[in-house]
Amino acid sequence: MASEKGKDAQITGYRDHGHMLVMGLDPKGVMAELTGRRGGLSKGKGGSMHMFSNEHRFYGGNGIVGAQASLGTGPGFAAKYKGDGSVSIAYFGDGAANQGRVYESFNMAKLWNLPVVFIIENNKYAMGTSIERSSATTDFSKRGASFDIPGEQVDGMDVRMVYDAAKRAIEHARSGKGPFILEMLTYRYRGHSMSDPAKYRTKDEVTKYRRERDPIEQIKARLLAEGYATEESLKATESEIRAIVTEAADFATNDPEPDASQLWTDITISA
Amino acid sequence: MPQILMPALSPTMEEGKLSKWLVKVGDSVKSGDVLAEIETDKATMEVESVDEGVVKELLVAEGTDAVKVNTPIALIPAEGETAEAAPAAKTAPEPAEAPVVPAEKAAEAAPAAASVPAAPKFEAQSDPDLPEGVEMVEMTVRRALNEAMAEELRRDKDVFVMGEEVAEYQGAYKVTQNLLQEFGPERIIDTPITEHGFAGLAVGAAFAGLKPIVEFMTGILPCRQSTRSSTPPPSSFICRAAKSLRPWCSVVPMVWRRALARSTAEIIRPGTATYPASRSSRPIARPTPRACSRPPFALPNPVVFLENEILYGSTGPVPKVDDFVLPIGKARIACKGADVTIVSFSMGMRYATRATEKLVAAGVDVELIDLRTLRPLDSDTVIESVKKTGRPVTVEEGWPQGGIGSELSARVMEQAFDYLDAPVMRVTGKDVPMPYAANLEKLALPNVDEVIAAVNAVTYRS
Repeated sequence: MASEKGKDAQITGYRDHGHMLVMGLDPKGVMAELTGRRGGLSKGKGGSMHMFSNEHRFYGGNGIVGAQASLGTGPGFAAKYKGDGSVSIAYFGDGAANQGRVYESFNMAKLWNLPVVFIIENNKYAMGTSIERSSATTDFSKRGASFDIPGEQVDGMDVRMVYDAAKRAIEHARSGKGPFILEMLTYRYRGHSMSDPAKYRTKDEVTKYRRERDPIEQIKARLLAEGYATEESLKATESEIRAIVTEAADFATNDPEPDASQLWTDITISA
Repeated sequence: MPQILMPALSPTMEEGKLSKWLVKVGDSVKSGDVLAEIETDKATMEVESVDEGVVKELLVAEGTDAVKVNTPIALIPAEGETAEAAPAAKTAPEPAEAPVVPAEKAAEAAPAAASVPAAPKFEAQSDPDLPEGVEMVEMTVRRALNEAMAEELRRDKDVFVMGEEVAEYQGAYKVTQNLLQEFGPERIIDTPITEHGFAGLAVGAAFAGLKPIVEFMTGILPCRQSTRSSTPPPSSFICRAAKSLRPWCSVVPMVWRRALARSTAEIIRPGTATYPASRSSRPIARPTPRACSRPPFALPNPVVFLENEILYGSTGPVPKVDDFVLPIGKARIACKGADVTIVSFSMGMRYATRATEKLVAAGVDVELIDLRTLRPLDSDTVIESVKKTGRPVTVEEGWPQGGIGSELSARVMEQAFDYLDAPVMRVTGKDVPMPYAANLEKLALPNVDEVIAAVNAVTYRS
């Protein structure tokens, strides 16, 4: 990770499962949260959109579009206030990038030179509306220009580019130069939700991304080409991963639901 | 006017000290002359004469404390004007007694403090009569809404639909299906995911004479966007629309679809209903085409529809007649009875109806009222029913505190206290953020047994 685990704050939207795994949280807990079971990371009460881990400084899991920009500016404010040298990393999508509160947050982040890295995950579609149909300008890396926040467009499908850019942006923020915007050019293969047949784009478009740009396939090819791995070792890794997923899925299916008494708990924090 | 009254030197001032007279009886004064100094808790201020005249009498002695605002303090008739004091002034109390004038008396003497005029009463129209033998068509709520919007769009070129995924996607919940095909992209408009922006734009367009129908994808979103907590949201723009006296309509699907948990599945009905300028918030419990969009445009006021997503697919009978428009602000008596009154709306009607069926089978004569509109809230129907049964129960999915049940409870106490044989019982969602786990979600919502238990409680059945 380009950020410092446990030191830097992370905050994202409702696509939070991957972030949780990268933070080192137990896949079983992530999966059980998805199925609403007591072993879930939010005790089954928050669900897919509301995962959270104080220990890991992962502040959610926020279901409100664009909320991450202002919530994510908060840990940056705290970092400067306390002078603890941490950075806040706030992720949101191209759809959220048009929200008014994003610009209110940009303004404050630059006004007070807060250590915040705003990561705009541009997957080209805000639910079913393409960026061309929803955004007057589609280069989101320039969205901070009027606040004098530097930005960069990054190939979000290439892990090397993502790592390098994140490192630079985080260093910029940590060194006291204020916020930085990274636009990650990415893509999603499936619809926005289970009920989205994604008719607003062609099958060819999806296939092309999968075939030519898939981040995992890219790594695989490089590892093989450079001799870092063999077909066999990759297969072994894949079956290792499969075993973890199966274990998590089994756990999430068999773990009981929360006890009924849990209805009245975790609403306020008791002193 | 010969009488000089104790002035109010600030909007909150109720009394003050007449610290000093700067004129004496017999003095001629002209406009702008300083007559006296008055001390309030905030400052010492000078009182100027507005008109010309001769000081006839000083009614309040220098140094008198706590002189109520609008108490006559001097008589200064203009030249040629009768020097007779007005009757009120003649009987004015001695300065020293001025502070003990009862507040009501002071208020009577003060036109500025006139009593609040009674609020005009909202007269709801009755449901239109249906012609004999009219054909009833089974229709989903989704289709009823869709047809109602299409009719409005056909009828009036100033009507347009704007919102998230309303056009090419055919509606996030398919309520706007095929509207784009029939009316084109100029009138069926996909917006960015920017609720404040497009809601404001629509209100502005209404100022300029258009008739927007604004659809928010999910009701809680504009709410949470505004505060991150759960304060009622659309109020600010509804307010401006109301002032403009332009019709506009916003469609707010209320969601508690399985497994969305707190940030998108909570229920905000009472929030919009508390806002006085929103002419009506109308939770839809069964399909009523035309009823859905005609009233907003017939009434020159903004209307907020709160649609429960769970109900989009449910069906109900709709009369096949032209121009069938249901009135806003009129409750429906879904079931007549004399033992107990159950009042509900939207999804709450589902629990209430099932409970009513069971209770009637058990011999309880239930009167079931579907509010249909939350503002204006049809108190009359509810109060009439409570006068008959003396035992009210309210049912809603939202939180208990500040809910519609709380409001009804207050109104029943104010208007039908003597008729009550039991306290009002509220059946509501539990006072918790909506949990995600399926079992907890079910527990957080009201259910049929809770309705029956409440009815048993107010009828003292075991």
